[in-house]
Amino acid sequence: MTGSVVLEARDIVKELGQGANKVCALKGVSLTLRTGEMTLLMGPSGSGKTTLLSILGCILSPTSGTLEIAGNRVDGLGPEALADLRRRYIGFVFQSYNLFPTLTALENVRIALDVRGESKSETIAKAEAALKLVGLASKLTSFPGNLSGGEQQRVAVARALAGSPAVILADEPTAALDSENGHAVMALLAEIAQDKSRAVLAVTHDPRTLAYADRVIRIEDGRITSEERRAEARRNVALYDLARKRKAHA
Amino acid sequence: MILTLAIRNLFHDRVRLAVTLIGILFSIVLVAVQLGLYFGARKMIVGMVDNAHADIWVTAYGAKSFEEGGVLLTSRERHAALAVPGVAAAIPILVSFVEWRKPEGGSTSAVLIGTNPEDNGLRPWNIAEGSIRALGAPDTVAVDRSYLTDLGVTGLGDTAQIEKGRVRIGALTEGIRSFTMSPYVFTTLNRARSLLGVPADSASFLLIQLTPGAPLDSVRAALKKELPNSEVLTKAEFLDRNLDQWLYSTGAGVALIGGAALGLLVGTVIVAQTLYSSTKDHLSEFATLRALGSSAGYIHRVILMQAGLSAVFGYILGMAIALTVVAFSEATALPILMTPELAAALFLITVGMCAISAVSAIIKVTRMDPAMVFNK
Repeated sequence: MTGSVVLEARDIVKELGQGANKVCALKGVSLTLRTGEMTLLMGPSGSGKTTLLSILGCILSPTSGTLEIAGNRVDGLGPEALADLRRRYIGFVFQSYNLFPTLTALENVRIALDVRGESKSETIAKAEAALKLVGLASKLTSFPGNLSGGEQQRVAVARALAGSPAVILADEPTAALDSENGHAVMALLAEIAQDKSRAVLAVTHDPRTLAYADRVIRIEDGRITSEERRAEARRNVALYDLARKRKAHA
Repeated sequence: MILTLAIRNLFHDRVRLAVTLIGILFSIVLVAVQLGLYFGARKMIVGMVDNAHADIWVTAYGAKSFEEGGVLLTSRERHAALAVPGVAAAIPILVSFVEWRKPEGGSTSAVLIGTNPEDNGLRPWNIAEGSIRALGAPDTVAVDRSYLTDLGVTGLGDTAQIEKGRVRIGALTEGIRSFTMSPYVFTTLNRARSLLGVPADSASFLLIQLTPGAPLDSVRAALKKELPNSEVLTKAEFLDRNLDQWLYSTGAGVALIGGAALGLLVGTVIVAQTLYSSTKDHLSEFATLRALGSSAGYIHRVILMQAGLSAVFGYILGMAIALTVVAFSEATALPILMTPELAAALFLITVGMCAISAVSAIIKVTRMDPAMVFNK
């Protein structure tokens, strides 16, 4: 065990659709996130990863079960109260970066602080610091269209980081990146997770990311099937590398 | 950041911005012209009553307007009015449509106004050439400079004929326009009576001036009692009656206001359509904002800011064109009136129109699924 529990989900059930089209995307998922820890949530497509991430990020409400973030019960809250929790405790990194194409790198980070009602000078100072931390101090005035995929994802990480959230939730952060940039972004997230006031959860099905995890949770068909600590995860990385090499030789 | 995001969203798609601005511009010009014509017409209709020094107007029963008062009052009514306590003066004026015969042949309709300037009841204003005193000379009349061509004359000293009497132009006014398209022709009361061939004590209206401090309502009530066969109207009532006759009974005002409403409707639809489509295009960005924890109000403010900016840009362009149209209309029979108050009202109307237009976009954003941020 590392830090304190910052997010705790118990028996989360999520049903999607209605009538004959109703499906149960999550079937009683329980997990905790601790500060100072980088957790990977892995599973095949349709296993419920993104649905779970949406619920942990207070974007979707569970059908049943309880969720507590930084001591705040989430169940039963309305859209504005959920938005307030996201504002205060959660930072997101998306697969497609979700940057505003009409805003510069600095403005993209600032806007996450602006929605919190911070002053202009505060947002500029914090956004500059966040971009410096992700190695983009020289790209403050660049628009997303002029940045590489890796740089755009680093802007997104800076945006997630700028408000000092207790939890950073990353949805397939390396999926749109080449190997080098993928490793760079994961290394960055792992470094961020070292902060004893923050937990990072990354949804991924990319085995290359295993090396950066303190913990790996596997989900399949809406249920958590396994949870591995760092040593086990690293052993799995080695197995993955071995399998890859064999495949290459074959 | 709201302003920055709104500006960038607006200018991101310049074609759409152009369509929005053209929509607002079209709307502003249409509304400005229609309302300008309405107020221009209104100003012309109430011009005579507004410029007359009268607290109360006594008219023949059923007089529809200043131009259609008939010639039915006599000295009996005048004396009765003067006997009412609180009445300082009862100034007779004569108004009638007449036939103006042009010196070079042909004729046109005109509105003859018989009034003695020294009575200080109704006198021609905005004298541009000649003088009011000139009206004292035999056969002299005053007309507005803008109607010289219509009247078939060129300026001071020219002569024409009203009914069977010869008249000579002794003064020219500036900007005294007639909504009926029949030019006003000022002359003295007695000359008007003579030209019309009516009795020497006849009048169309009595302009009642009150003694200082006299209560309007009670004087009016006393006048009504003394003049049972006449109508006794306050200035405001007579103004309304003129407006009713020319703007509403004829349908002209309804048409102008209807045109303005149509302009507003078209502008609102165009702006709503473009704002909605812009919002739809930026929906994933708004969903991202929501995921970042922004309140719904923050996003609504971005959309409203876009609408507000569209309003400001559209207003500036629209007013530039509207003012050009106003300038061109000054020489026409129906000038468009543009006052600072109307310009300010148009700005508020534009902002209101754009705010209403933003409703559909706001509804779209309100209904969006924030989980769409995870759509690949």
